[in-house]
Amino acid sequence: MAKQSSPGRTRPGLFQRDLVGTAIRESFIKLNPAILIKNPVMFTVEVGTLIMLLVTIYIALSGDTSQGSLGYNIAITGILFATVLFANFAEAIAEARGKAQAESLRKTREETPARVIRLGGTPPVGQMKLDEIEIIPSSQLKKGDVFVCENGDIIPSDGEIIEGLATIDESAITGESAPVIREAGGDRSSVTGGTKVLSDRIKVLVTTQPGESFLDKMIALVEGASRQKTPNEIALTILLAGFTLIFVIVCVALKPFAEYANTPITIAALISLFVCLIPTTIGGLLSAIGIAGMDRALRANVIAKSGRAVETAGDVDTLLLDKTGTITIGNRKATNFYPAPGVSQVDMVRASTLSSLADETPEGKSIVELARNGNWGADVTRSLSIEGATLIKFTAETRSSGIDMPTRSNVARGTDGRVKDEAVISDQTTDVIRIRKGAVDSIRAMVERAGNTFPAETDRKAKEIAANGGTPLVVAENEVVKGVVELQDIIKPGIQERFQRLRRMGVKTVMVTGDNPLTAKFIAEKAGVDDFIAEAKPEDKMNYIRHEQTGGKLVAMMGDGTNDAPALAQADVGVAMNSGTQAAKEAGNMVDLDNDPTKLIEVVEIGKQLLITRGTLTTFSIANDVAKYFAIVPALFISSIPALQALNIMRLNSPESAILSAVIFNAIIIPMLIPLALRGVEYKPIGASALLRRNLLIYGVGGIVAPFIGIKIIDLVIGLIF
Amino acid sequence: MFTEWMGVIVMYGLTVLLAIPLGKFLAKVFKGEPNAFDFMAPLERLIYRLGGVDPNRDMNWKGNLVALLTINALWLVYAFVLLVTQGSLPLNPDGNPSQTPDLAFNTAISFLVNCNLQHYSGETGVTYLTQLGVLMFLQFVSAATGIAAAVLLFRSFIPKSTETVGNFYVLFTKSITRLLLPGSLVVALVLAFNGIPASFDGKDTITTMQGDTVGVSRGPAAGFIAIKHLGTNGGGYFGANSAHPLENPNYLTNMVEMVTQVLIPIAMIFALGFFVNRRRFAWVIYGVMTVGMLVLLVPTLISELGGNPAIAQMGISQPTGAMEGKEVRFGPVASAYWSIVTTIISTGSVNAMHDSSMALSGAMELLGMMVNAFYGGVGAGLLNFYYFLIISVFVAGLMVGRTPELFGRKVEAREIKIASIVALLSTLLVKGGTALAAWLFINYGDATWAVKPSAWLNNPAFHGFSEMLYEFTSANANNGSGFEGLGDNNFFWNFSTGIVLMLGRYIPIIGPVAIAGLLARKKYVPESSGTLPVDTPTFGLMIFAVIFIITALSFFPALTLGPLAEYFTLK
Repeated sequence: MAKQSSPGRTRPGLFQRDLVGTAIRESFIKLNPAILIKNPVMFTVEVGTLIMLLVTIYIALSGDTSQGSLGYNIAITGILFATVLFANFAEAIAEARGKAQAESLRKTREETPARVIRLGGTPPVGQMKLDEIEIIPSSQLKKGDVFVCENGDIIPSDGEIIEGLATIDESAITGESAPVIREAGGDRSSVTGGTKVLSDRIKVLVTTQPGESFLDKMIALVEGASRQKTPNEIALTILLAGFTLIFVIVCVALKPFAEYANTPITIAALISLFVCLIPTTIGGLLSAIGIAGMDRALRANVIAKSGRAVETAGDVDTLLLDKTGTITIGNRKATNFYPAPGVSQVDMVRASTLSSLADETPEGKSIVELARNGNWGADVTRSLSIEGATLIKFTAETRSSGIDMPTRSNVARGTDGRVKDEAVISDQTTDVIRIRKGAVDSIRAMVERAGNTFPAETDRKAKEIAANGGTPLVVAENEVVKGVVELQDIIKPGIQERFQRLRRMGVKTVMVTGDNPLTAKFIAEKAGVDDFIAEAKPEDKMNYIRHEQTGGKLVAMMGDGTNDAPALAQADVGVAMNSGTQAAKEAGNMVDLDNDPTKLIEVVEIGKQLLITRGTLTTFSIANDVAKYFAIVPALFISSIPALQALNIMRLNSPESAILSAVIFNAIIIPMLIPLALRGVEYKPIGASALLRRNLLIYGVGGIVAPFIGIKIIDLVIGLIF
Repeated sequence: MFTEWMGVIVMYGLTVLLAIPLGKFLAKVFKGEPNAFDFMAPLERLIYRLGGVDPNRDMNWKGNLVALLTINALWLVYAFVLLVTQGSLPLNPDGNPSQTPDLAFNTAISFLVNCNLQHYSGETGVTYLTQLGVLMFLQFVSAATGIAAAVLLFRSFIPKSTETVGNFYVLFTKSITRLLLPGSLVVALVLAFNGIPASFDGKDTITTMQGDTVGVSRGPAAGFIAIKHLGTNGGGYFGANSAHPLENPNYLTNMVEMVTQVLIPIAMIFALGFFVNRRRFAWVIYGVMTVGMLVLLVPTLISELGGNPAIAQMGISQPTGAMEGKEVRFGPVASAYWSIVTTIISTGSVNAMHDSSMALSGAMELLGMMVNAFYGGVGAGLLNFYYFLIISVFVAGLMVGRTPELFGRKVEAREIKIASIVALLSTLLVKGGTALAAWLFINYGDATWAVKPSAWLNNPAFHGFSEMLYEFTSANANNGSGFEGLGDNNFFWNFSTGIVLMLGRYIPIIGPVAIAGLLARKKYVPESSGTLPVDTPTFGLMIFAVIFIITALSFFPALTLGPLAEYFTLK
């Protein structure tokens, strides 16, 4: 899967010493009933502990042994107290880990000097108004401030470039060492605090108040202050509260039952039975599981704006993925030149190269690259220059780009600038040589408007290229077709397996691309996506999402541009790339720091893991009760109904030892399961029924069997000690 | 012995064979599709007109529940008034007295809620007028209420979002005109021709072989006994219920009564399958319920055929098994089968005394009522099964990593809250009631009540405890059978079980119908390969585990102190 570690943030062990220390402290702070009441199951355990404490004190003072010996009562009180602490510790360690992870991200951007532009107040009449630059610590930056960064500066805060362009090293955040370009306007205008400007100068507008960045929000979520329970968590809490109430009734009713059976039941036994029966295991781990889910998202370098978003990700039915960067590597690359009939290979390559030399698009660059590296019969590229030429940029109307070269510059120069060859680029004597490259139909229209014919051979070739998933780019010089360049998408290695995995999870994948339907279909088939949107305009994404949603489906998408913002907001799970615009980041409910479009797949798995962990531990917790009944119920009544020895199938030593063993098991199972709660139960895309079977077997049957063994072992150990 | 076994197998096989086509027929009736009983339509239209009901207007879940509860409240008042005045009303040839208010309260409620707990004896406690006009009437309408309520669940299984869940009045009326009335008519004829009385004459007098003169109660019993079973009511015309020779004269009537009582509960499962076009799902439900029945039946058969260990210790051989409290004409196998069936589907009629069942059988009978969803009463069984289904879907959904959904609708906090309350309720009513009774018995045994608490129990120790536990379990499950050793016709038992009866009936109707209404209007999400399919054996196992675990956890201590303690002590 994605990078498990990045520079400076290696994956730590589950229990780092400093985190454990913090967590232990927090475990005691969380004993505060006002905090604990949020967790009804553990709250009742705390109440039980208090009652036991009073009973123990009473026994210590009065010497009355009708409630069992002092030592026994102290032991029970201690174990119950430990049960609450263990549960608190589970939550605290999850919080500490999440916080540490977030802090390490935040640290990189703390207290960097910021050069803020201050408007120079109202200037006296006749004087020029001057902007001043003031240096302040980054923590004092406010929303709306504008700061300047030059090469070598650490960007002090998240923001949007309003002027300039810069190469930026984002490795501190993403772990990716290759520098990226960020510029004002367009979809790549966002900068992240803590990253470093490598070249040029930019003006950046601060877009968030201090303490309100996504990272700050995430830390707050993890810390619990603003952590809201997700819908599934609420429903589960209700179910667990229901179980707890059932056991309140069971235990209260047991008192008159026991009186009827002439068996006095000690308070210790009754409370022990109660605590053992209520689902303390899942109750103690529930919030830790939720926090750990967000933490896992953070470890994958995804900042979730709410726990709900992570949870929803697990339910996603449809995944919208941009072709470029997700399914294919970067951009299309030129792979071949096919000259038109009567045009030489060299001529064709030369024309293509000339049209692309000034072209900064990835496609253009790849044409030049192919021309330089390929073996085209002659060293066509070395001797080309476009000095004095006018660059014709791509526009939506012409759907082509190229250059206009004045004839006087039709002198090819060597790299040293010396005139090397008198070869004339065109034998036509026109003032300007117009070289264009573009889509088949746009060039055809251009060529035919000039009264020339579009060669049938080139047309055939173009169709062939398109059918093979490539993009044909026709090159024409002065409205005469020179040939066609083949651009091919390179499908990412391993992407097919990922889509297969998604299909097994029941997630439909949809490829979004600007390509024509033919090309799109080819790539879609090759990559194994279920559907595609070809020649996609931004509103197409939106419409597709709406359409899926009216069918009741949950849709996830990833986007970066301002154009994507409405769709990101509409999608149930919208992951914005960190490099994207502020609008996109505000609209989505997650931000991916790595700008890795395949991250969605990981996010879906994290969401599923979160639910599975809750479900399996609930099952485990409830299944445990069977064994606890067999330990405690015979122990309660064996003195007056000796025949119930038959129910003591574990053959536990004595009633006291049976009750102690059950309570001890009930307590220590919580810390034993903390690693599982933090890591999450593994998700396997083997189909829902098979997964249910597997988890029922492990956590259901296992949940019934494990405590029989555990309680017996503890009973044996207690037997050895006493 | 072979014949006895064959008798049971034939009885069960016949039931299932009849239930499948009946289910198909019921689905048509409930859907309003043309069916063989369309000739009843004019009668139904007359009923709608008289009641001022628009049969074409479907209601949401709240509207339906209001309709159901209002009409039930009216019947309660009607029944109560007639029972407390029956002594001075006509059709009372034996001159039986009016019921005391607390007994009338208990009787009226228990028949209204399809329970028929019967703290009176049919021969002396009621008149022909109340037998027919109150009790038999309530047997019809309570069964139809349950069936109609269950059909209200069906729309939550349909792949279309809908605000309305059906029209209670229409479903109720059709259940009577097209199912209960014709069915009872056929069964009553068979029973009458086999010697069950159908007469308005008072007691007959016979001279026994010893020369004593004995008054033999009779009356219009055949029709009463038909609907008693067809509607899983279970209230006997005579005090001894279907163990009485005039209520269940021979093995054939025993088979007919047996088949009749399980017929609709099983047919309702298939009706669900046909109605929502999910037959595989219906088979999964049927499978879960059948396995549940077998899990209870097999130990009962073994312990009944094994005979009473206390008698065995005296050196007496028991070749036919434990015969105490059983009718020789039926034998232990047929009686064991009846005792389990009558407790899992909330009929509560008996052809042998449950008080005399072996301890383990008693535990199984209690468990059957505690679950109350293995087939279950007409309609009530599906309603109870539904909340187990919701909890199963929730836990299983989490385990496969998706927000839980049932047939394309998300199961969320509200649904879980309602299901938890319903699940909680049976524990509260049964254990709370038993705890209260045990507490009174111990601490206020000599209270100067009409019947002293210390005189309640015919048996000491564990069995006495089982008697109290059984009474509340039976009341909560709306079952109506009893461990008859309990002195239950007094204020405490009449009143407390009356309350339990009411809550035990209406909460498990309100809860599931509310959940169904909430689900039905949710957005429908088409199933994908990530969705958990609920029509698989795996999910069947899941539901079974949830039913087993919830029931076991709720009732294990009570069962331990009652029948299990008795079982292990006797052993």
